[in-house]
Amino acid sequence: MTIPFKTETFRDDFTFSNSEAAIRRFPFPFDRDAYMYAVNIEQHMPGPAKSATEFPIDIDEHYVAEMADRDLVLKADPLRCQSLPHMMTAEWDLLELLMTSMARDYPEHFSLERSGREWHWINRPLGIDQRFTFEDPATLPLSPMEYITRQCQGDFCLLDQRDDNLWMDAGIVTTQADWSLDFDLGMNFIEWHGPVPLAHEIGVFERALKFLLNLQQGRPVRRLNWTMTINPRLDTSPENYHRWGIDRTTVTPDNVGDKVHLRVELQALWRLPRSNAIVFSIRCYLIKMRELVTQPKWARRLHRVLRDLPGELADYKGLTNYRETTVAWLSKYDDGAPTSPGFHPD
Amino acid sequence: MPVVKSRPVWGRLAPSPFARRHLVFCEVAGLGAVERAFAGTDSIRQRTSLNLIVPPDFAPARSERLDALGFEAVHEFPSVETVLVRLRVSLSQAAMGTLLYLAGGEAFLDQATCLAEACGVAGDGVQTEHCGSTGRRVQCVHCKGMMADVTMSPVVCDHCGLHLTVRDHYSRRLGAFQGVCADAEAPGVLPEPTRIDA
Ligand code: HEM
Repeated sequence: MTIPFKTETFRDDFTFSNSEAAIRRFPFPFDRDAYMYAVNIEQHMPGPAKSATEFPIDIDEHYVAEMADRDLVLKADPLRCQSLPHMMTAEWDLLELLMTSMARDYPEHFSLERSGREWHWINRPLGIDQRFTFEDPATLPLSPMEYITRQCQGDFCLLDQRDDNLWMDAGIVTTQADWSLDFDLGMNFIEWHGPVPLAHEIGVFERALKFLLNLQQGRPVRRLNWTMTINPRLDTSPENYHRWGIDRTTVTPDNVGDKVHLRVELQALWRLPRSNAIVFSIRCYLIKMRELVTQPKWARRLHRVLRDLPGELADYKGLTNYRETTVAWLSKYDDGAPTSPGFHPD
Repeated sequence: MPVVKSRPVWGRLAPSPFARRHLVFCEVAGLGAVERAFAGTDSIRQRTSLNLIVPPDFAPARSERLDALGFEAVHEFPSVETVLVRLRVSLSQAAMGTLLYLAGGEAFLDQATCLAEACGVAGDGVQTEHCGSTGRRVQCVHCKGMMADVTMSPVVCDHCGLHLTVRDHYSRRLGAFQGVCADAEAPGVLPEPTRIDA
């Protein structure tokens, strides 16, 4: 099935929106009416047809527009894509994972032919036709990580494993929820999670790290994380916070439906075969409040989650300026009826 | 103040008799720690060279104090920048069995350990002791400019002029804390200044 790719923007005039089909497949992150940090890791198994987890790498209607936005970010700030010298093998591992997944699961859009080390990659939506030699960087126009992640939705971090820890030694990060790859590069799992409130104290990171150190090849895992963003802006980086932070003060009862977005990250982790590194993908999904309330269960539930969210979490996620206005707006869609367990709309 | 999980823990200088050579890099504020650590170890002192950052007003008391150390060599440098150039060269030429000692303010230790790590010198190969100023070295996340010895938050960025909140988040690779625009969501309204060097 061909995906109808949209023409839209994630900055300036913000023309991004979700089709009805995209709303239905939105990875809603709450399976109950309250939220707290937990070690919410599960196997990255294929989900139902057309869902965001049907395939390991999800390509959707926003693909072409997101790749154009990534190009703008990298042109303005090349430090969003960095790799320490020992990560080259992991970069090739990542290229292999993404090319083989995309070509297998979206054959009408991508194809990969391999004859030994001679590979032929075709990306139809972006008009790319590339022959290259696997593990010979001179045969690609960019480093393997930058080359393939400029053609795949989601941010990616490559984590080296040593000294019983994971080290963020490479990555491409242009659709982040307010953290800086340039600052975090070279940090370990506990260090880069330093600013997160409450979770350290309840042992979340210690247990998550232990689990990840034992991640097996061929058995990827995933988790959902969420925050909120004003305007459908993908690049909410600390680097540009002095430009976009002001958006958080522009929410009024009249514009909540269009301005306020739930931002969900579908994060998946794979052990890589040659490097023994781990790839961490952070696939960002945005949905406007107006779109979200078309699913009555999600509207009721988000209202309750947001209303009852611990203050530390709201502050950390940067919701404080517009939380009240948003909760008031959502309350119109919450009749107090019970919600069914699980993520899915009724 | 909350514990900064990404912040390094500095140590206490304790020269090892097993090292063949001892390289000391310090600020004047760290000189006392060096005097204490190297006292009474003649055989070590004869294999030690000191690289000291000497501000202009240090001159009068200087020579007796440095002579009293009894080190093999003493080199003086006018600024952190110049001493770091020497540190890079020294590490690239250092023989096996060389130990590195760093003493001074956190901003100096940040930069020197960061450079040492980039040269492959870390772990048991380097000892540190924090003395004197407890100001932080801060990187502006917006323009990426660095500032030494920041004691208050918010602080005005030397480079781009934004008011920055200094976050409790530290990068060893950069040797700096992160500074983020303090008034992005309320231009001109700044939080109450607080000391961050306590
Ligand atoms: C190994 C790959 C991972 C990477 C590269 C990663 C990276 C990050 C980063 C950069 C942040 C933002 C921190 C900041 O404010 O500067 C973050 C937040 C967070 N991470 Fe991770 N993380 C990883 C895995 C996990 C796992 C397995 C868990 C499971 C519990 C987890 C839980 C969290 C939580 C709860 C937050 C706070 C998010 C929020 O409230 O919006 N992370 N992570």
